[in-house]
Amino acid sequence: MMSQPKTIGLILTFLLVGGVIGYVGGWFSSSPSSIVTVTEKITVTSGGQTQTTGQLAGEIIIDGSSTVYPITEAAAEAFMNLYPNVKISVGISGTGGGFKRFVVGETDINDASRPILRSEAETAQSNGIEWIEVPVAIDGLVVVVNRQNDWVDCLTISELKKIWEPDSKVSKWSDIRPEWPNAPILLYGPGPDSGTFDYFTERVVGKLKASRTDYIASEDDNVLVAGVEGEKNALGYFGYAYYPHAADRIRIVPIRDDLKEGSECVVPTDETVGSFVYPLARPIFIYVNKKAWNEKPWLREFVIFYLENGEKFAKQVSYTPFTSQYYKSAAALLRAGVTDGLYSLTSIVVWRNAGPH
Amino acid sequence: MGHQVLTGAERRHARLRKFIDRVLPIILSVAVFIAVATVASLLLTVIITGGHRLSWNLILNYPSANPEEAGMRSAILGSIFTVGLSALICVPLSIATAIYLVEYSRGGRLSSLLRYNIANLAGVPSVVFGVVALGFLAYWLGMGRTVITGAFTLAILTLPLVTVTCVEALKAVPDDLRLGAYALGATTLQVVRRISLPRALPMMLTGGILGISRALGEAAPILVVSGILFIREDPTSLFSKFTVMPLQLYNWISRPQPAFIELSSAGIIILLLILLALNGVAIALRQYLMRRIGQTWR
Repeated sequence: MMSQPKTIGLILTFLLVGGVIGYVGGWFSSSPSSIVTVTEKITVTSGGQTQTTGQLAGEIIIDGSSTVYPITEAAAEAFMNLYPNVKISVGISGTGGGFKRFVVGETDINDASRPILRSEAETAQSNGIEWIEVPVAIDGLVVVVNRQNDWVDCLTISELKKIWEPDSKVSKWSDIRPEWPNAPILLYGPGPDSGTFDYFTERVVGKLKASRTDYIASEDDNVLVAGVEGEKNALGYFGYAYYPHAADRIRIVPIRDDLKEGSECVVPTDETVGSFVYPLARPIFIYVNKKAWNEKPWLREFVIFYLENGEKFAKQVSYTPFTSQYYKSAAALLRAGVTDGLYSLTSIVVWRNAGPH
Repeated sequence: MGHQVLTGAERRHARLRKFIDRVLPIILSVAVFIAVATVASLLLTVIITGGHRLSWNLILNYPSANPEEAGMRSAILGSIFTVGLSALICVPLSIATAIYLVEYSRGGRLSSLLRYNIANLAGVPSVVFGVVALGFLAYWLGMGRTVITGAFTLAILTLPLVTVTCVEALKAVPDDLRLGAYALGATTLQVVRRISLPRALPMMLTGGILGISRALGEAAPILVVSGILFIREDPTSLFSKFTVMPLQLYNWISRPQPAFIELSSAGIIILLLILLALNGVAIALRQYLMRRIGQTWR
């Protein structure tokens, strides 16, 4: 048949086009990069040692929480400017999604906005995966109301629980305290995939992921801010990192941990969050695969670099850093090869905000 | 030809019909206005928020925690790479499916089952395709979380949409032409190649554009399949790690710093420009094909 060669030609053309695309992709990389990556000047203080840069090479695969992502991104970027041959990729699969990959050894580091769960730890154990838990910064929650709301002066953890627990009976402000207005309460909060939601449910309701569901949920904190800003009877919660950028649009609610003796209403500030006096603050972590730590010198260097400059990175992305002392001693311990107990360095205050630990 | 005498009822009826005739276009143009105004206000918002953030940095730089230097180079290349590849997979497959359904199948149970399935597939939430692709392609077939897996995911995602358009395109070719060709002793392959396909191709291309536009905007399945956002490497092969523009935009929008929100608006402008460019190419191709058909067949 006359048309057959042409048909075959057509198929060949498709294959050819595919090949060309693949080739062009290759060309993109092999072409001498005319794009100069802007290098940031970073002073690496590693126990007085001056580092000759650029000799480390290798790959680091990071996945996990989108809450921790910005600070890890800052660290990865600065590190790659220093060591261009270390290839770091950072994912945003969520704390839980990331741990699923971490506990089977697929990733080197997991960004976590909460400590590893028992079930995740068990899976890791059965796969022979050990880890190093490195606290990197503090993430707080804020509870906010509309600026026209003049009745709420403080909320306790128990009241928050009453509002947010599953099958909550609270539908009006007067359901919380009788003297408050008999007006419907409109709730805003993050959706169930967010680490913020995990932390809030665990810390306030007392059970992971246990929450009422009849509220307006968004993973995007900007949406929550806009919602509370526009609705007089609204109440919402979201990450502390967002608060400074929305401070003039909403009103923050002081929180009292009534489960603790003699506690007071605490307004979240950098100090109260940093010292964990504010009840709704938590540390965020990176989990490092111990095998990768032992086998990959560039990964060790990255983690130590992350900690040494942790305060700067946290501030750069509007997170609350730990004390400078913490970063110094944690980095020094890691450099000395001590990988356990970094968590106990984070604060002298014994606190119970982190959930299961 | 005397004056026609209308009864009151008839006159009222005539007036009503004239009234409807005058009002209807107004109502319809309001509908058009709403659609256009929505798009226009979206565009305006994006341009006002992000216009001043447009820069070469945004296109040429890798992601950064510093909004002044942050770019979406890896995301742009990742998007072009995966979406381009997915179109190469999806369009031939869709055309083949459509040719089978319209030209070869005899319209029995099998073909109606197929059509039914394709229609259903179009309604599946996109994240499901991501989950399936992750389990089947990335892990079971061992393709990994790579460009090729992403391309296949997007291809399968857009397949129903494009197939349906291709089927409609073939159906729109008048049957007289086919029957004429058959009467002259043509085989089905000849009919497809010489009669149906050339005439259906312009509309098929439109379907392809729709598919590409959809694939370019998808974040959910890629978040599942790739998960990566920060990567300072260009995709170089089918098995490179990659990220795409919607993921970068989504992440920027949810950052606390206003600068990143502006940046995401600027990123949206770039995404739209790429979309427009792709559509432009496809429209030009369609015009060219239509003109060629006109010359050959009229």
